[in-house]
Amino acid sequence: MSMLSFEKKYRVRGGTLFGGDLFDFWVGPFYVGVFGVTTIFFTLLGTAMIFYGASLGPTWNPWQINIAPPDISYGLALAPLKEGGIWQVVTICAIGAFGSWALREVEICRKLGIGFHVPIAFSVAIFAYITLVVIRPVLLGAWGHAFPYGIFSHLDWVSNVGYQYLHFHYNPAHMIAVTFFFTTTLALAMHGALVLSSTNPPKGEKVKTPEHEDTYFRDLIGYSVGTLGIHRLGLFLALSAGFWSAVCIVISGPFWTQSWPEWWTWWLDLPIWR
Amino acid sequence: MNTIPFTRKLMGALALGTSLFVAACELPPQESEQNGYRGTGMDQIRSPERVDTLQALNQIPEPQPEAPKDGPPVSQIYQNVKVLGHLSEGEFLRIMTAITEWVMPEQGCGGCHSDNLADDSMYTKVVARRMLQMTQDINAKWANHVAPAGVTCYTCHRGQQVPQYVWFQDPGPSTPAYMGNRNGQNAPAASVAYATLPYDPFSTLLNDPSKIRVQGTATLPTQLASAGKPIQDAEMTYALMTHMSKGLGVNCTFCHNSRAFSSWEQSPPQRTTAWYGLRMVADLNHAYLEPLKPVYPDNRLGPTGDAAKANCATCHQGVNKPLYGVSMLKDYLAELSAKK
Repeated sequence: MSMLSFEKKYRVRGGTLFGGDLFDFWVGPFYVGVFGVTTIFFTLLGTAMIFYGASLGPTWNPWQINIAPPDISYGLALAPLKEGGIWQVVTICAIGAFGSWALREVEICRKLGIGFHVPIAFSVAIFAYITLVVIRPVLLGAWGHAFPYGIFSHLDWVSNVGYQYLHFHYNPAHMIAVTFFFTTTLALAMHGALVLSSTNPPKGEKVKTPEHEDTYFRDLIGYSVGTLGIHRLGLFLALSAGFWSAVCIVISGPFWTQSWPEWWTWWLDLPIWR
Repeated sequence: MNTIPFTRKLMGALALGTSLFVAACELPPQESEQNGYRGTGMDQIRSPERVDTLQALNQIPEPQPEAPKDGPPVSQIYQNVKVLGHLSEGEFLRIMTAITEWVMPEQGCGGCHSDNLADDSMYTKVVARRMLQMTQDINAKWANHVAPAGVTCYTCHRGQQVPQYVWFQDPGPSTPAYMGNRNGQNAPAASVAYATLPYDPFSTLLNDPSKIRVQGTATLPTQLASAGKPIQDAEMTYALMTHMSKGLGVNCTFCHNSRAFSSWEQSPPQRTTAWYGLRMVADLNHAYLEPLKPVYPDNRLGPTGDAAKANCATCHQGVNKPLYGVSMLKDYLAELSAKK
């Protein structure tokens, strides 16, 4: 298999976190590593459990397959396989696979001698998932508070859990998360448009430099965050969106049981105007 | 230069933020109750402190001691007994004592009666008589909503002359909106959990509960049941539903699977009880509460001059079964159930 020019730098021994030279090799273009093996293991087992769960269910329609967590009455105990135990095994496999993948990314970063931006970013996504299926259920005292694995069923869960608080748009962390999501897309749209415009000039003109790009935004909004800065900003916005999403769900239930609009009565009760 | 080090500033900000956060929240553990199939998120999550408070507020008083049922009907003993004339004198005096405890514990008999007990000159007595008829009517006609517990005066009154949770037409705050017409919303009101929703959904939707349903039954907007209805209609319904949730101390998923609010097949059975309740409240307001307007003195009327009316919170008072479903009616069947 052919190798990209920079891959020679990447394909070096060492930099592993665990197990020394064990599995420190490539299969075709893919680095294996101990964590590649654990990723494969958890992925196959988890997927097999999902198929097993689907085989017990009423449908093979991929939209409608539903692997649901146990009843709340099971608390934080293990449930029988067919009553939510499958969900518990799938959850362990998912966390195992996601965590392994993040650690494999760390090893690759170490081989390349680059920063850990990619595994850190992925870890925020894993953190949001673990918040949903472990941290919040543990705080509420039952695995049954986690979301079910299914395309439609998890959306139904999101909807119902939102309506547990009557009007979820009043959740302050949800407001912050939504704002970060929108700002991420805005920043990406502006950055992408800027790069495409400067690299695709009209016929007869030269490709524009970063100086030109900076000047454009300084003219437009008085400030340019710069070519490196936009990527730092983008990472911050995207990770903040995921982080505040996790916050907005973990406070719903464990730290607030009423409707979210009512949470804002502290504002109405401020002594300056009450 | 003597400045505060950054780390100390950071620690200070963290401490301030943490204390503000803790002050504005309820700490775990919470209580949970599952109402739907596992994993659907149709759960009630309640803070134990709030549950304790509600339980303390929703205890029933001791029933009055049994009274002799024999003897001639009380209508032959006292004058002007229009509703409870079929009772024995013992039963009659027993329910009068109970009503005093339930509604007028401080004023006593004099809250409704002048020196001549048969006299109808006090408005409170006229209202009380009508309320007795209403109570009998609810227990007779609205078993779909109130059985098996039934209702008594105490269900709403709880020792107060005017029940704590009644509603009047709400003209809104006297301060103007920033821009023009407030359109009945955007003024935080307890009736809708302080959301920006319309603060008086009752005047419209409890007047005619058939207007509550705004959700379409078809995919395309041309075929929607709601075609031509403004979005404010949906907000009005949302406002009433918010009131129901707060009045009953439950969230939306107690009666609805939010994947399809309108679908009866996917709704918990409690929604059926609620459907009857909305019709019941509309009926009671029309038949009993609104017509009492000319009877009341001005200080009992609302800001627009209407009589006090009932909504879900009037009886429920934060609990999905008023008084946690404990029946007081069973001790007062002769007096307050349907007249034979």
